[in-house]
Amino acid sequence: MSSSTTNTTTISTAGPPSRRNTELAMLAFAVIIPVFAYANAGLALSDELPSGMLSYGIGLGLLAGVGHLVVRKFAPYADPLLLPIATLLNGLGLVIIWRLDQSRRLAVRAEQIGQTFAPSAPNQLMYSAMGVALFVAVLILLKDHRILQRYTYISMIGALILLILPMFFPARFGARIWITVGSFSIQPGEFAKIIIAVFFSGYLMVKRDALALASRRFMGLYLPRGRDLGPILIVWAMSILILVFETDLGSSLLFFGLFVVMLYVATERTSWIVFGLLMSAVGAVGVASFESHVKVRVMSWLHPFAVYDNPRPSWATTDQIALSLMSFGSGGVSGSGWGQGASDLIGFAANSDFILATVGEELGLAGTMAFLLLYGLIVERGMRTALAARDPFGKLLAVGLSAAFGIQVFVVAGGVMGLIPLTGMTMPFVAYGGSSVLANWALVALLIKISDTARRPAPAPAPSTDAEMTQVVRP
Amino acid sequence: MSELTLTVMRLGFLAVLWLFVIVAVQVIRSDLFGTRVTQRGSARRGAPDRPQQQQRQQQQAAPPQQRQQPSGRGRRGAPTKLVVSEGTLTGTTVALQGQTITLGRAHDSTIVLDDDYASSRHARIYPDRDGQWIVEDLGSTNGTYLERNRLTTPTPVPLGAPIRIGKTVIELRK
Repeated sequence: MSSSTTNTTTISTAGPPSRRNTELAMLAFAVIIPVFAYANAGLALSDELPSGMLSYGIGLGLLAGVGHLVVRKFAPYADPLLLPIATLLNGLGLVIIWRLDQSRRLAVRAEQIGQTFAPSAPNQLMYSAMGVALFVAVLILLKDHRILQRYTYISMIGALILLILPMFFPARFGARIWITVGSFSIQPGEFAKIIIAVFFSGYLMVKRDALALASRRFMGLYLPRGRDLGPILIVWAMSILILVFETDLGSSLLFFGLFVVMLYVATERTSWIVFGLLMSAVGAVGVASFESHVKVRVMSWLHPFAVYDNPRPSWATTDQIALSLMSFGSGGVSGSGWGQGASDLIGFAANSDFILATVGEELGLAGTMAFLLLYGLIVERGMRTALAARDPFGKLLAVGLSAAFGIQVFVVAGGVMGLIPLTGMTMPFVAYGGSSVLANWALVALLIKISDTARRPAPAPAPSTDAEMTQVVRP
Repeated sequence: MSELTLTVMRLGFLAVLWLFVIVAVQVIRSDLFGTRVTQRGSARRGAPDRPQQQQRQQQQAAPPQQRQQPSGRGRRGAPTKLVVSEGTLTGTTVALQGQTITLGRAHDSTIVLDDDYASSRHARIYPDRDGQWIVEDLGSTNGTYLERNRLTTPTPVPLGAPIRIGKTVIELRK
């Protein structure tokens, strides 16, 4: 067919760049930054390079290297930024947790309440290794994200079970979000957010036309039919129930927000957002007015410094929010520098829910903004993947996963900064906690898988059967 | 550790962190700023082959494009457009910008021919390394004719020479 003679060249299409080398370079950069931060914190805290620096650096580098090689083999066209940013956030989280481990205050405090103070950083490094192992497993075992579509309703049941299970376990720290087996405890909500995104994408892919088109127009808004309201009412009721029985404001916000975002993306109807906001406002106000745990959260959000009043109001039991706000304030624009803040005063949960306060104090506004931008970039890459994806399920799943990620960052950062009431969620990748790290690595693996499928060049079109219908010129 | 060292390290770390963010944004800049739109025709002679670099993100959206031939356009006497002069598409023009033009009844062709005597993938026209436009028959049923000769090998197309595909005639013009 395309025979070429000596003086002409047959031009073949240039192979699309896979951008794996860009990823490798970014990954190297993403490993160097935490090592630099580690050295920085060590020098500031004890005037010498920390002894574990090499092992932590090598550990992080190995994890990143394994992740990269697996992406190169199993998802060669994947987005080049997701893995480096996740690695950087994970590495910086390790440094912050290590830095808080060095705090004498936390050790003294732990002894006061009769616990032995154990450093968290080695655990977190182990969790990171498990997270990367899960990342690798997802990339290798999940050949195509569309397989997940088959498990739409199974994942609904799975997510419900994961969300309901913690109700039967004792509350820890005022929220029933843990499953405890022996000394081992996991937060199923972190995994539920991925599974529920799978369910929503599978469900909305089938139902979106009915939801988008069968509606009446009223005052410029498309009112959905009563029967189409069913699912949104169920999800709403579920998130309210989570709020009431597990007193977990964060998960409730996350799931309802995720559903509204995905409904909007699937149907392009603004009315869903209006309904969603109205319903969540009604639900939140309703629950906050009678559920004491939520009420305390709301009150300490509105009056963070009331805990220092004399006499102290009865609901003001913790000064964590006040201390967190002071941390951000004393950080200023460029921060106090690694290891030189006093964010460890927050004490309990300083390295999990409140980890952003340490960023705010030691890296200042500039560092916090960089962190938020890094999270924003992950969300942006996810949305970009959704735009590029060719199958509707992949589009919705990518939107759902990145929206869940974004909402979680908003809920945590907003809570710590006093923008919204504080919720018991963790900063993805940075905060201490095995469930969170594992779930977020799995989330990034799914996004990488979808982006690999999306960016993979289309296979050459099969020879068309039209050719046979071409009429032959009879000489 | 002196105050000065700590300050330098603190600011240095922030600079490195922001450098990462900026490099990351550079990697995806075509997403944020859009792809550069090249003017059609020969207006942008000196434009380097930047667009090629920025097409990467939208590879899957656009049909795979040929590597740009920098010398291909802007040359004196080089054709700038392809004109359909006979057939149902008479009057259609396509700007030549160094990319391959495929002709046929298949829907993904650059020029979709509505011509019963054309094959679905009939012929293609592409620039060679020197910017000379070549027409190549892709094994069509009824053949591709340049002037009056049926093509058997990829053949350079002179300016204004009629290329006949079924009932359609196209030619390259300045």
